[in-house]
Amino acid sequence: MMDAHTLPIIFVALTGLAVVVYAILDGYDLGVGILLPMDDREEADRDTMIASIGPFWDANETWLVLAIGLLLIAFPAAHSVVLTHLYLPVAIMLIGLIMRGVAFDFRAKAAIDHKLAWDRCFKMGSLLTTFSQGFMLGMYVMGFQYDWPSVLFATLSAFGVTAAYSYIGGAWLIMKTEGELQKQAVRWTRNSGRATFIGVVAVSLVNPMVNPGVFNRWFEFPLVMFVLLIPALCFFAFIFNDVLLARLPKQNDRHCWLPFLMVIAIFILCFSALGFSFFPEIVPGQMTIWQAASAPESLRFILWGAIVVIPVILMYTAFSYKIFHGKATELHYH
Amino acid sequence: MLDTLILSRVQFAANISFHILFPTITIALCWIVFFFKLRYDQTQNPVWMRAYRFWIKILALTFALGVVSGITMSFQFGTNWPGFMETVGNIAGPLLGYEVLTAFFLEATFLGIMLFGINRVPSKVHTFSALMVAIGTTLSAFWILALNSWMHTPAGYEMIDGVAHVTSWWEVIFNPSFPYRLAHMLIASGLTAAFFVAGISAYRIRLGDPKKAPRLALKTGLIVAAILAPLQAFVGDLHGLNTLEHQPEKIAAVEGIWHTEKGAPLLLFAVPDGEAKTNHFAVGIPKGASLILTHELDGELQGLNEFEGQHPPVAPAFFGFRIMVGIGFLMWLVAWVASYQLRNGREASPLLLRVVSFMTFSGWISTLAGWYVTEIGRQPWLVTGVLKTADAVTPVPPSHVGLSLTLYLLVYAFLLWAYIHTLRLMARKSVTVEEFETATRSLDGSLSHELELTSETSTTDINHTPKGANS
Ligand code: HDD
Ligand code: HEM
Ligand code: HEM
Repeated sequence: MMDAHTLPIIFVALTGLAVVVYAILDGYDLGVGILLPMDDREEADRDTMIASIGPFWDANETWLVLAIGLLLIAFPAAHSVVLTHLYLPVAIMLIGLIMRGVAFDFRAKAAIDHKLAWDRCFKMGSLLTTFSQGFMLGMYVMGFQYDWPSVLFATLSAFGVTAAYSYIGGAWLIMKTEGELQKQAVRWTRNSGRATFIGVVAVSLVNPMVNPGVFNRWFEFPLVMFVLLIPALCFFAFIFNDVLLARLPKQNDRHCWLPFLMVIAIFILCFSALGFSFFPEIVPGQMTIWQAASAPESLRFILWGAIVVIPVILMYTAFSYKIFHGKATELHYH
Repeated sequence: MLDTLILSRVQFAANISFHILFPTITIALCWIVFFFKLRYDQTQNPVWMRAYRFWIKILALTFALGVVSGITMSFQFGTNWPGFMETVGNIAGPLLGYEVLTAFFLEATFLGIMLFGINRVPSKVHTFSALMVAIGTTLSAFWILALNSWMHTPAGYEMIDGVAHVTSWWEVIFNPSFPYRLAHMLIASGLTAAFFVAGISAYRIRLGDPKKAPRLALKTGLIVAAILAPLQAFVGDLHGLNTLEHQPEKIAAVEGIWHTEKGAPLLLFAVPDGEAKTNHFAVGIPKGASLILTHELDGELQGLNEFEGQHPPVAPAFFGFRIMVGIGFLMWLVAWVASYQLRNGREASPLLLRVVSFMTFSGWISTLAGWYVTEIGRQPWLVTGVLKTADAVTPVPPSHVGLSLTLYLLVYAFLLWAYIHTLRLMARKSVTVEEFETATRSLDGSLSHELELTSETSTTDINHTPKGANS
């Protein structure tokens, strides 16, 4: 089964998985950064919000390194094309990630009068990162053309991703906080959920319109009955979550974890739709996974390692989430 | 002209130079911190816990800077050196992949537990997390250096249609220069961290910190350095012999040998002149280089004339090497004098404290100098004999690279400043943290136990020390 035809399929699936996991995990902590209130008086809220992601952000970000690493390992040709076309947005994203990552530590250690400045840096970094990721997603869908409609679409996509990350970030906070902050998180989540919904609808309409291949694929006859389940489920999840959010928080904090689960479901559905639109192309309109794949002996070498190591990674990740289970209020730095 | 190639090279050098500053501290600091925790577990002496708690905060800060700059690194291959991946991606990809899978996730996850879990997990689990982080950083060095060494001394592959294909993974990973480079780099990290720990502790003591924890850390750092410094010189010598075998043009540049000669001198100082192909103001030990490199007084060393047009620029390799070795011997001297002075629990002299705190970042300079020798010494090759740097560069226009480079430089300059500033602040803060007993020599000559507890009540203000200093 490990031949030159199957291996690229396995690896594109793994890469896709890494991207989705990244979007969910770093999505929630970037979302928390975006939602950070900047009022002078809300320092306690900021402390709690940042504490809620403190133990996780580093590992979350590692999924990005894995995703880009897998692309590089399995599809070096596509890796080069994608990254050289996205040169500037990538640079901006990296600056954003740097700002966000260092602000975490500096804010806890710097002089008290600099704390607000680092918090601003945290928020700006999260926004820059999110925005450039959304822009890159849009550019990818448009086949990397730097003309007006594409840039416009990519900008739209940037706003969509910003909304989506705030959505998942808000849902995370509902789970990890209590009291006033939790109520505030419910409002944030509800609003960004609606914005995300608009974004997803817009992208789903534009994508098949500009990419005829995508249109044909989705509306090919017998399949259409089956694949349209994806948008249907997605739609249902959005509505369900909106209704649920109107009732939160409940007595004894029941169901505080449910919105987060729903948003994860929405993320997974959206990414499967995207994957379905383009597979087996790895760079839309330019190359397929087989054209871009690297040598089978290299793929086999890393696959065996991945089969052994990934379950171990998942195990200790679960262990860490178990340790930090519960509300974030009593999480302090060291 | 500032073309994409030059700009990309400067950008890569700037990014990796910034990046390596932090791993070179964290790789060894993780082990030092683990040692503190282990000692605490064994002795239950709270002073080890205090040392642990202070250094874990500095570790966290350093780690964060290492992570964010490392992420930048992992994108560089695709954005600036697409030709690298297209030619040797079959080798570089899996090695980088294993680094992510076996090292990055491990260290990132357990670091979270280490930093935030102190009250949430049993002490044993906490110690275990510290160990996992240390293993993670070391593994990370293993994989990345396997790749880097392969680029210097490629092995275990064949070229098919201009693309490298692996014939033996064992030979790829354990390529000829790898064991030397790994050992040399790990010891370099040990020395850097040792002087870093000793330097900051000396700074605290000079600020008037009466506690025992900085004294313990000072001693730990200096003893580690006293052991590693001679070891480093030995390993470095072996490394040089290995390089002579595989990259003789690099050694010729390092030793400033323009023409093949027998009984070449060991130059202590000179100003190499690339135009005239000779050295000015040369001061050297006659026949020294031949003796060191061939173990014969009249051994023959190949000169740069045998690699016309294919050899690296001489001056950076020549000076970089002398800076590295010079600092190496200085470290050796200081560490031995200090270890002698600190024997049997004696106090360090003011002069020693001053010298040690002055040398806090000496490891950085030596490490950077070493990397510049190694990397510039490989030019014009990116992968020796396989791929030239100029053939791997991105098609992106120079204006874009110029823009990203400017952004990185601004951010890095600021972060470097903020990092050092924050270290000073943390050292100052820690001085004011109160304790009940200070280190006093009791009659039997041993240092008495102490209780170091934090107290919010006495914040004797040195400068602008904020409240909540111990958060
Ligand atoms: C895995 C690969 C790898 C690793 C671990 C390193 N390098 Fe490197 N280095 C390269 C891969 C590389 C490269 C991709 O091969 C470059 C980029 C352009 C070039 O000429 O080689 C390079 C060039 C390069 C240059 C510019 C040389 C020139 O263009 O004249 C410098 C100064 C350094 N590196 C410094 C470092 C430092 C301080 C490192 C410490 C970690 C380091 N390198 C590790
Ligand atoms: C071109 C080369 C390099 C690349 C592409 C690279 C890539 C990375 C990346 C992506 C990270 C972040 C991992 C995370 O999310 O935790 C990282 C961190 C790290 N890197 Fe590198 N790296 C390079 C060179 C080196 C070298 C030469 C060493 C050591 C000898 C090294 C040692 C480390 C260590 C120990 C960390 C952990 C974080 C820290 O200590 O601050 N790296 N690197
Ligand atoms: C004291 C005697 C020392 C000797 C004889 C020595 C020797 C060498 C040599 C020959 C190289 C070049 C390897 C190559 O050809 O690629 C090298 C590289 C290097 N050195 Fe040293 N070195 C010494 C001390 C130090 C010290 C004190 C440090 C840092 C604390 C250090 C850090 C490095 C680093 C980071 C590199 C680049 C990585 C590598 O290629 O291993 N060295 N050293």
